[in-house]
Amino acid sequence: MTSVTALPPASGRAPDSGRAWRTGRRIRVRVRLGTVVPLLIVVLLLVAAIAPGLLTTRSPNGIDIEHTLLAPSLSHPFGTDDAGRDLYTRVIYGARESLGIGLGATGLAMSIAILLGFAAGLAGGVVDAVIGRILEVSFAFPVLLLALLLIAIRGPSLTTEIVAVGIGSAPGYARMVRGQVLNVRQAPYIEAASALGHRRLAVIRRHLFPNAMRPLVAMITLGVGQSIVWASSLSFLGLGVAPPSPEWGALLDSGRMYITTSWWLEVMPGLVIVVVALSVTSLGRTLQHRLEGAAR
Amino acid sequence: MTDIETGFADPIEQGIEQGIERAVADDGAPLLTVEGLRVWFGSAEVVKGISFTTRPGRCLAIVGESGSGKSVTARTLVGLTGSGAQVQAGRIDLAGTDLTRQTERSWRSIRGRQIGFILQDALVSLDQLRRVGDEVAEPLKVHGWGTREARARKVVDLLASVGVPEPEMRARQRPYELSGGLRQRALIASAIALDPTLIVADEPTTALDVTIQAQVLDLLAESKARGTSIILISHDLSVVARLADEVLVMRDGCVVEHGVAHQVLHQPRHEYTQALLDAIPSEHTRGTRLVRPASDATVVARTREPVDRDRPLLEARHITKVFRGPDKVDRTVVDDVSFELFTGETLGIVGESGSGKTTSARIALALLQPTSGDVLLRGQPWSTLPPARRRPLRKQIGVIYQDPLSSFDPRWHVGRILADALRTGNRPPSSKAEARARAIRLLEQVGLSAEHLSAAPLRLSGGQRQRVSIARALAPEPEVIICDEPVSALDVSIQAQVLDLLTDLQDELGVSYLFISHDLGVIHHMSDRVLVMKDGLVVESGTADEIFERPAHPYTQRLLTALPRLTTAANQ
Repeated sequence: MTSVTALPPASGRAPDSGRAWRTGRRIRVRVRLGTVVPLLIVVLLLVAAIAPGLLTTRSPNGIDIEHTLLAPSLSHPFGTDDAGRDLYTRVIYGARESLGIGLGATGLAMSIAILLGFAAGLAGGVVDAVIGRILEVSFAFPVLLLALLLIAIRGPSLTTEIVAVGIGSAPGYARMVRGQVLNVRQAPYIEAASALGHRRLAVIRRHLFPNAMRPLVAMITLGVGQSIVWASSLSFLGLGVAPPSPEWGALLDSGRMYITTSWWLEVMPGLVIVVVALSVTSLGRTLQHRLEGAAR
Repeated sequence: MTDIETGFADPIEQGIEQGIERAVADDGAPLLTVEGLRVWFGSAEVVKGISFTTRPGRCLAIVGESGSGKSVTARTLVGLTGSGAQVQAGRIDLAGTDLTRQTERSWRSIRGRQIGFILQDALVSLDQLRRVGDEVAEPLKVHGWGTREARARKVVDLLASVGVPEPEMRARQRPYELSGGLRQRALIASAIALDPTLIVADEPTTALDVTIQAQVLDLLAESKARGTSIILISHDLSVVARLADEVLVMRDGCVVEHGVAHQVLHQPRHEYTQALLDAIPSEHTRGTRLVRPASDATVVARTREPVDRDRPLLEARHITKVFRGPDKVDRTVVDDVSFELFTGETLGIVGESGSGKTTSARIALALLQPTSGDVLLRGQPWSTLPPARRRPLRKQIGVIYQDPLSSFDPRWHVGRILADALRTGNRPPSSKAEARARAIRLLEQVGLSAEHLSAAPLRLSGGQRQRVSIARALAPEPEVIICDEPVSALDVSIQAQVLDLLTDLQDELGVSYLFISHDLGVIHHMSDRVLVMKDGLVVESGTADEIFERPAHPYTQRLLTALPRLTTAANQ
């Protein structure tokens, strides 16, 4: 049902449209802030991953035994760890690995998902049923459990971590891709393209694929944030990248022992993970709204 | 009944108008009086000061095309204009209640009890997850009517009174289990549950087949006979003719004509009303253009080549299509349908929803394989060809859909849509420049221009979209175009333009149409020969004149009787 407004008292004047205009402007400013801040953080993250030297002058592995476990200060904004290494620098250098895992795992997950989702959605019948059952079985296992299994077989490393998180999150995407394919393939413009005499493969490539993937762009962005968190969880359990790598989860793991005396070793990297994951997720949501709005 | 009055938005004229309103009102005190109603959405004024009255047992129809402000007016009367709207009125008075001074809370006691509101689409208006009976009982419950058991009995009575068969069983079902006609009746039952003195019906029959439309209109006529005042909002003048005593014609938020129904529909004073009436396709308009040049009022006849009846261009031979439902029950959707389409002619297929028209069209397009039977193109196999051999021949059959927007890839602009269609054609363009030039020529052919090349279909109006869709169908230079309800979603004047465009193109290019519609007037206007379909069967076929003047089959006769015509309630 539509929202209800009472009629304002009758008057000879034209209605006050100024109020609506002002509200409109306030909303626009708020939307911009919610987009600009996460965007800024993601840009910083990219800079840190590509050229960490631009954001810090120190070395991530520069040991300084005279300044161990210093609390955050102006010269060490995030404090220092048990080896006197600057935590801020380590977080900056850790961005490359964390982001790499995020992008790599999501990329791998999407590739598997597109393969399975399109096969199931296009072939239908037996293929769809078999893929559907496989996905359902894999849903029964938590992502972390699958990852643990893989790491137990292959031993912890950056590649294993990417593959583990990628495979673990693929079924969820695969189900979404399949749904999109089923949805888009019955769109009238697909039939219209066939009626024009285009080949099936051309219709899939030019109409079905881009339109089915469109709403998933936002999901991919959301997935990057999620993968970073999962990778950190694995590293925290000591199953990810080996020390002295400054990967964020590994930073958390190594700071664990000092948690009672040096809070910053846990809080600072933890905050960075939270802020980055929130920013990426928020950007993904914005993108989702934009794309859904544009599709209408 | 007193003579005609004309309403104007101009405040100077308002005094005169009020005088006229009093004159009309002398056969009963007005139930609802609206004076100087104005509605804004942001800075756009969508209703520009309109005034009218209604009386018990009378029906006032507000007619106009999309964007005329008729629906906004209706929603304002029930306090549902929406939060973005600014409403202002000199007076809105319902039997002594000042509707300009209602709070959201007090509106609830008016809606349902004093004013019943019927919306166009019962499927979206009814909650899918609730039983029909609960939905119908909602106004009773809200207004504290009777006990739970009493309400349940009343609901069954109400459903029975609006002609719902097996009301006890229907009340327990959910909206999606009911047909469109039954849902609309349930909605009417809910609107009349508390016996409101005024019913506001916003396009109550637009989504319905013609026979069901007739039943719904009869239902409203019964309410009217019992003394209920009805405000009927519609774009369809023939529906209006069936029920209305008074007609108010709106355009761009203004009243252009207001008067007794018979006069407005038969001797309109305003040229816009005349244009609306002229635009309605029917038996009278056959062989002529619907939109007349503004300079003269003569009927413009079509100039066309005689139809070549030597060899059928498209021939369907005993096609049958059986679908197996999820309940493993086979349903014959198309049952032994045969037809021939000759060069340069229009074959109309008419029938109500579910009659198998669209399935037949998709089989003719070879987008769907028939269970048995086959389709020939120029005497050669078509539906039986393997897809790879059929593909190069597809350029000979074009298609126009009811909803053009959904038939365009949402990412593509008009230029790309047309260039793509040109490439599949008989003479694919050799360069981008040639594709562009030919796309512009196509756009001009359908009454658009080069500026539309870069437009996204989403930004175009309904009529423009259908023109682009026609341009796309023409691009490969086909001999047959299958038109599946091409004008059903369009306003009557836009519909007239699109129908004129189709006949002009036929005269110019000699293209054949397989024209599918549920609208008998459109079919009569367009077709040389007609197939009448019901439940997958062709019940009757023949030339348009035979079918419409001497219908042999009882179903065709029933369809034609149910068809609302431009005769007013007073005439019947």
